[in-house]
Amino acid sequence: MADNSNRLQPGRRQFLSKAAATATLLALAPGVRLVDLARARAEDEPVTAAVRWGMLIDTTKCAQGCDACVRACDTEFGLTTSDRPEIDAHYIRKLDIRDEHTGKTYSLPMLCQHCEHPPCVDVCPTGASFRRADGMVLVDKHTCIGCRYCMMACPYKARSFIHEELTTQLSHAPRGKGTVESCTFCAHRVDRGQMPACVESCAAEGHHAMVFGDVNDASSEIGKRVRQVPSRQVRADLNLNTAVRYEGL
Amino acid sequence: MKLVSLGLLGVLVVAAGQAGDSRITEPSWPPARAKFSDIQGCVEPTEVMRKDHMRFLFHQRDRTVHQGIRTERHSLVGCVDCHSGEDQNGKPIPINAAGQFCQSCHAYAGVNMDCFQCHATTPPLQTSASYFPTKIAKPMTVMTLAALPANAWYLSCDG
Repeated sequence: MADNSNRLQPGRRQFLSKAAATATLLALAPGVRLVDLARARAEDEPVTAAVRWGMLIDTTKCAQGCDACVRACDTEFGLTTSDRPEIDAHYIRKLDIRDEHTGKTYSLPMLCQHCEHPPCVDVCPTGASFRRADGMVLVDKHTCIGCRYCMMACPYKARSFIHEELTTQLSHAPRGKGTVESCTFCAHRVDRGQMPACVESCAAEGHHAMVFGDVNDASSEIGKRVRQVPSRQVRADLNLNTAVRYEGL
Repeated sequence: MKLVSLGLLGVLVVAAGQAGDSRITEPSWPPARAKFSDIQGCVEPTEVMRKDHMRFLFHQRDRTVHQGIRTERHSLVGCVDCHSGEDQNGKPIPINAAGQFCQSCHAYAGVNMDCFQCHATTPPLQTSASYFPTKIAKPMTVMTLAALPANAWYLSCDG
């Protein structure tokens, strides 16, 4: 632990210099704090494995019929529907599932699980599918050739392929025909210290079913919860060590 | 090798000869919205940008995608934000449309660009404050206009 705290010293210095800015941020969004402030990364520093982003989803709080997270995601990334809805891209889906023995029903969002050992990365022939040092599993669309091996490899059906030319892309979310894409854990927002869009919308709806943060940090909300409350990985038998975990499932 | 070099020289000479030809439309584009600093128009000296902008973009894209570094100096969003034009109603014109910053020069040079198959061609919908290059305070090396040939076509188009 002593080593850890030494490594994080530069971050603490930065915390002091950014104290004023942070005060404004906290005033804008009380209670919403993405990372322990001591760990804030400078804008021009690469991400490191000291952080592992993760998400904990409480299925007992996830409301059946609510799709706020899906809509927020669509808006954030400019995912539009077409006249062929079967080919629409989806980064996050709402699933209603039922235990066939007990009849108990569950409602939960299913998204890229940001595995520690992602099958999509294993099968990618060009290295476009990769795992960022801080645990986000992403597609480098500059090198993606659209072979869709990753879509077949993913046990969670998390990835989508863009079949048609697009013209309405957003500045922060480049998307184009012939490439595969999936949930990015809102890397563009997280890199700027914001929460992913789905988590924000879930909280705004009053459900608070999704918690996002650094699972390596035992003092963060998610860090505490995963250490104290039982949670499950979907298809834990595959030993992928997913970053998305479910409570009450 | 010598033959190839000579051939290349020949092509260059022909190209230079045609530069003043009235049949060729010289590129022109709307002026940039801001100056990077008092001494420099763009994020690097203009002659460097004209030759090497793609290298900065390639480097920045890898840093952004793989390392999460989202500094604005060499970001494509920054280019689009500063260099895209507007129509009479103040509506942004796609930067890859005819006569716009990227397209006019790429058409002149006969070089395809794939950036905008995926990337947005107009500035971010929200205020550009977070992307605007004037935010970057570090001054750059001074651009020396004297170093450029006086008859260079691009001197008449202040990008």
